Amino acid sequence: MSNVAGLFNYWVVIFLMMAGFFVVISQGNLVKKIIGLSLFQASAFILYISIGHVSGGEVPIYVEGSNLYSNPLPHVLILTAIVVSVSTTAVGLAIIIRIKETYNTVEEDEIQVIDNRKDDEDEPVVVEEKHSSEYKEDRS
Amino acid sequence: MSLVDHLPILIIIIPLIAAPLCVLFDSAKASWLLALAACISSFIGSIKLLNTITLSGPISYSLGGWQPPWGIEYRLDLLSIILLLLLTSIASLVVLFARYSVEQEISKNRIVPFYATLLLAIAGLSGICISGDVFNLFVFLEISSIASYTLISLGKDRRALNAAFKYLVMGTIGATFILIGIGFLYMQTGTLNMQDLSERLPSLYDNRTIRAGFAFLTVGVCLKLALFPLHLWLPNAYAYAPSVVSAFLAATATKVAVYMLLRFLLTVFDFNFSLNTMPLDVILIALGSVAIVSSSLVAIFQVNLKRLLAYSSIAQLGYISLSIGLASKLGIASAIIHLFNHALMKGALFLALGAMIYKVGGAELKHCQGMLKRMPLTSLAIIIGGLSLIGIPGTAGFISKWSMINASLEAGLWPLALLILFGSLLAIIYVWKMVEAITLQPSTSTATAPLTRDEAPLTMLVPIWALVIANIYYGINTELTVSLAQRAANILVGGY
Repeated sequence: MSNVAGLFNYWVVIFLMMAGFFVVISQGNLVKKIIGLSLFQASAFILYISIGHVSGGEVPIYVEGSNLYSNPLPHVLILTAIVVSVSTTAVGLAIIIRIKETYNTVEEDEIQVIDNRKDDEDEPVVVEEKHSSEYKEDRS
Repeated sequence: MSLVDHLPILIIIIPLIAAPLCVLFDSAKASWLLALAACISSFIGSIKLLNTITLSGPISYSLGGWQPPWGIEYRLDLLSIILLLLLTSIASLVVLFARYSVEQEISKNRIVPFYATLLLAIAGLSGICISGDVFNLFVFLEISSIASYTLISLGKDRRALNAAFKYLVMGTIGATFILIGIGFLYMQTGTLNMQDLSERLPSLYDNRTIRAGFAFLTVGVCLKLALFPLHLWLPNAYAYAPSVVSAFLAATATKVAVYMLLRFLLTVFDFNFSLNTMPLDVILIALGSVAIVSSSLVAIFQVNLKRLLAYSSIAQLGYISLSIGLASKLGIASAIIHLFNHALMKGALFLALGAMIYKVGGAELKHCQGMLKRMPLTSLAIIIGGLSLIGIPGTAGFISKWSMINASLEAGLWPLALLILFGSLLAIIYVWKMVEAITLQPSTSTATAPLTRDEAPLTMLVPIWALVIANIYYGINTELTVSLAQRAANILVGGY
């Protein structure tokens, strides 16, 4: 059983991964899907950071008198992955904003209904362009 | 070191630098020219690299002068250079085609960012082919994926947004699976360099962490590859993206995913472990067969031709995974051959549809009416591309089908040979649907198209016909594709 407690980080990873994955699958709201996706990606970050830990090791900074330190490489790797995750989230949210503009909803099932209704008609619905001035009017 | 020694990195750097330059110039024409110049110079670079590699073996380039396995290594062997050549040539043709098509399909203020994003996608995809470091491969994968989500969302139809979002969700899950898989490998071996991994992994093949890592990597890559049950993002993404983007992604993105699969299965892990110890061969054959039959059947009932071709793409990816699943040198070689030939035919077909959308205003069956009289050259291109898709002798498609059937007979699995033939029969039906609409249906009074000849501009016809001629050329002269693919397969199966 000591193993179970010793692997605490990995249990967190598994929990976060499954929670995130579940949110992505079960939620119909696109924003919630993105939140789930970020959670899912965050679990991978914790996995990497846990890999880098050396038991009894210190922070990987050169200090006089310490020669056991954690592996800094996974930290560096995960910095890159965090950047990737942030940009994915940004692109996802940007797409959601445009979906909201054109469909006027961010619920997956409502979008599906609108799309199906449109399939019966013939002409494709062209995305309307909004200019920045129109956004200001929207907000006011 | 001369400039030529730096070619492996230059091929990535050129489009990567051209992308922000496009935005700085902020003119549609300038960014088109810049993108074209970047793609063509990458293409010339990869031809030069092909010569070096066929003569003197794989090239290793250590980034920043840090020696592998500590630094990031870029490594080019035959398989990478085949993919790179395919990628850069198709990218050049697609960009050449893009000018008028983009002007019509994408709103004016988005044209410059469009070229910048396209260049980023090209840089990311070529990075995947060149990188010899698994984490670096993940980074390039994400560069190309994020760029392609953006490109798809630029489609004119609003359903493109939804398609892009679905692709983003699925693609990110796939990429995170790959990231986790890489983490597991790093956990056990402490290295990220592919060659170093391939040396250290064999002693750990019984390790459960490594096996879990293998599973994560395979599932992640198969999501990107759109293998049968994981293909749901693909049809809408290809159908509603701007035509240039559909052509580019259909011809290159999934092919690069196949490359990743081969690289992970055969270079990082080895042939025996991936396809014999692990039951992946059976899984790939089963899923590939289902993909061939089900997607071809769905394709028959499509009205939108871009969607039809998208489903046919899933079927073709089924053929490719089936050939990998045969677990023989010949199978791997025919997967590489089909990967190359399929890129040529899908590139030609999607570009021809792009020209049709440019002139007629849509790519549904009803738009095809009277096409033969109106745009004879484009129609002929669609017909030849369709024949190649079926696998008629004299076209590139025949060569790949032939070698796949050979490979399955060699493996003693004759039902698979029959299945490939059956898939081709289904392809005849959906290709016939297109051809019939183009050639036989007269322009009715309801159709908007007048019956005057109205061909697409030359910058569209040249790329389409370049690909069509390539389809015929590689159908007759198999020297280049078949021998290169066989050599690449020998290297992959026999070790790096």
